[in-house]
Amino acid sequence: MSTVFEQRAADVADPDAGLSPAELAAKYGLTISGRRPSLAEYTRQVWQRRFFIGAYATAKLMVQYSSSKLGQVWQVLTPLLNAAVYYLIFDLLLHVSKGIPDYIPYLCTGVFVFQFTQAAVLSGTRSISDNLGLIRALHFPRASLPIAFTVNQLQQLIVSMGVLGVIVLVSGLPVTMNWLLMIPVLLLQSTFNAGLAMFMARIGAKTSDMAQLMPFIIRTWMYLSGVFWAVNSVTAKLPHWAGTLIEANPALIYIELMRYSLMDSVPASSLPHHVWIMAAAWAVIGGFGGYVFFWKAEEEYGRG
Amino acid sequence: MDDQEMMDSVLEPEGPPPPPTEKIPTVIVDNMHIVYKVYGAGAGKGSATSALSRIVRRKSSPALTEVHAVKGISFTAYKGEAVGLIGSNGSGKSTTLAAIAGLLPPAQGAVYTDGQPALLGVNAALMNDLTGERNVVLGCLAMGMTYAEVREKYQDIVDFSGINDKGDFISLPMRTYSSGMGARLRFAISAARSHDVLMIDEALSTGDMAFRKRSEERIRELRKEAGTVFLVSHSNSTIRETCNRTIWLEHGLIRADGPTEDVVKEYEDWTNKK
Ligand SMILES: Nc1ncnc2c1ncn2[C@@H]1O[C@H](COP(=O)(O)OP(=O)(O)OP(=O)(O)O)[C@@H](O)[C@H]1O
Ligand SMILES: [Mg+2]
Repeated sequence: MSTVFEQRAADVADPDAGLSPAELAAKYGLTISGRRPSLAEYTRQVWQRRFFIGAYATAKLMVQYSSSKLGQVWQVLTPLLNAAVYYLIFDLLLHVSKGIPDYIPYLCTGVFVFQFTQAAVLSGTRSISDNLGLIRALHFPRASLPIAFTVNQLQQLIVSMGVLGVIVLVSGLPVTMNWLLMIPVLLLQSTFNAGLAMFMARIGAKTSDMAQLMPFIIRTWMYLSGVFWAVNSVTAKLPHWAGTLIEANPALIYIELMRYSLMDSVPASSLPHHVWIMAAAWAVIGGFGGYVFFWKAEEEYGRG
Repeated sequence: MDDQEMMDSVLEPEGPPPPPTEKIPTVIVDNMHIVYKVYGAGAGKGSATSALSRIVRRKSSPALTEVHAVKGISFTAYKGEAVGLIGSNGSGKSTTLAAIAGLLPPAQGAVYTDGQPALLGVNAALMNDLTGERNVVLGCLAMGMTYAEVREKYQDIVDFSGINDKGDFISLPMRTYSSGMGARLRFAISAARSHDVLMIDEALSTGDMAFRKRSEERIRELRKEAGTVFLVSHSNSTIRETCNRTIWLEHGLIRADGPTEDVVKEYEDWTNKK
């Protein structure tokens, strides 16, 4: 039976008869399926999905606490409780606060800003593996996912920053022009975080063991980032190179900058050297590097 | 040429549009082999230290099994064709579609496509925690539509899916849908946009009669829009209704490839003999 139809197919495909499949594909402009687009084309696609990225981030924010009774109140309660726990441990029990003025806003800024980066790492690591259904069902540049997660965390951080603003005012610190510096700090950190999320997304998509290791890495990073204490009190005792290394930590830089912009009691002199240049450099290197690193494996996400 | 047209008119059910006279290939599968690599038990979770040592030593778990799911198939699909894929369980149909979608790399051979093939699988999940409404909007945006286009298409999609026929289900989370309802909404979203290549893997099988009729209608329309549609189904009548050409896969090889009526007949005879 089938031979008849093969015959028929051959008759119809007449003009293309002698061509090999590869030649035929070339003639009609077909390309290898699932091949990764060029970086410029990829960027154009991501830009085209900007509405998706925004809508997905907002949708995630809406459902985050939808199954709990208090609902959106947790948006504010979670950062407050976090700060309360750290205050209990580090101020009341361990007395780390010695020598740091306005310890509560100091601590809360550290906790909230570090959590932004921490969330980028954790959700970035799972952004591909948790969304395989979506990835396999629809075609879109996969970088949209880690970027959408970063936007979602930025939205949450903005809620936390509102809480933080109240804490700062309640502690008796004034509102100054420096508060405007929060905007560039947030933009730079978001860019860095997006890059980090994309970097981790590729790692996490390949190595499922990474998700188990991340909590340990994150905890180490947090202790090195001066969330609870003033790092410059430690670096003063270290050799110069070690101090420089510790001060180059991007999380530390963004935390210190945020404290400087929010708290009148933190003087510019306490900031690491070249702090703005470092903040911008990390944003560019992290953001662009993470993006390119993620793009390099674009065709492989969702395979398995 | 005459020969062909005559055959088409005799063989094709309910007159789906005849294949266009000018044959423009959209999918070329050239001697494709797909091999799954399965890592044995113990590859999944574990303590942090064992995870660490595994990463450091870059060693995969020892028990690696290979499943040779597709063993060298070749075919060319053209614009305006609806191609049915049939065959018994585990014959490689889903694997073939995943490979055409670019989700599985061929171990040997190549797949050439025009544009981005869209794959609609039976367990393709969208976002289960979100409402049907948001899934429609997000799904459309992810396919690259603008807000204006989504607004324009939204009502059509909801109507087509029929989700709201029994009450206001579109504002409930998708995890509360029955499997048929979920499949209907997913199909409605994917079919809202015209695709160069749309592949449907049993996604319609959980739908009821009315929805099946409607989706068969839509598939015919998609074909008219000069796309190519692949349909995997274990329902021979669905294949007969929608496809003008059928490929029968068995053990990862093509057993027959030709007009639906003949291939399905051959397949039915073979099934009955077993
Ligand atoms: N993820 C996987 N890992 C390993 N082997 C797999 C995987 N998926 C499928 N296989 C194997 O590949 C072969 C083909 O499977 P496939 O899912 O393509 O069959 P199918 O034709 O779609 O069957 P069905 O009609 O049941 O849907 C089977 O032998 C199956 O065991
Ligand atoms: Mg299958």
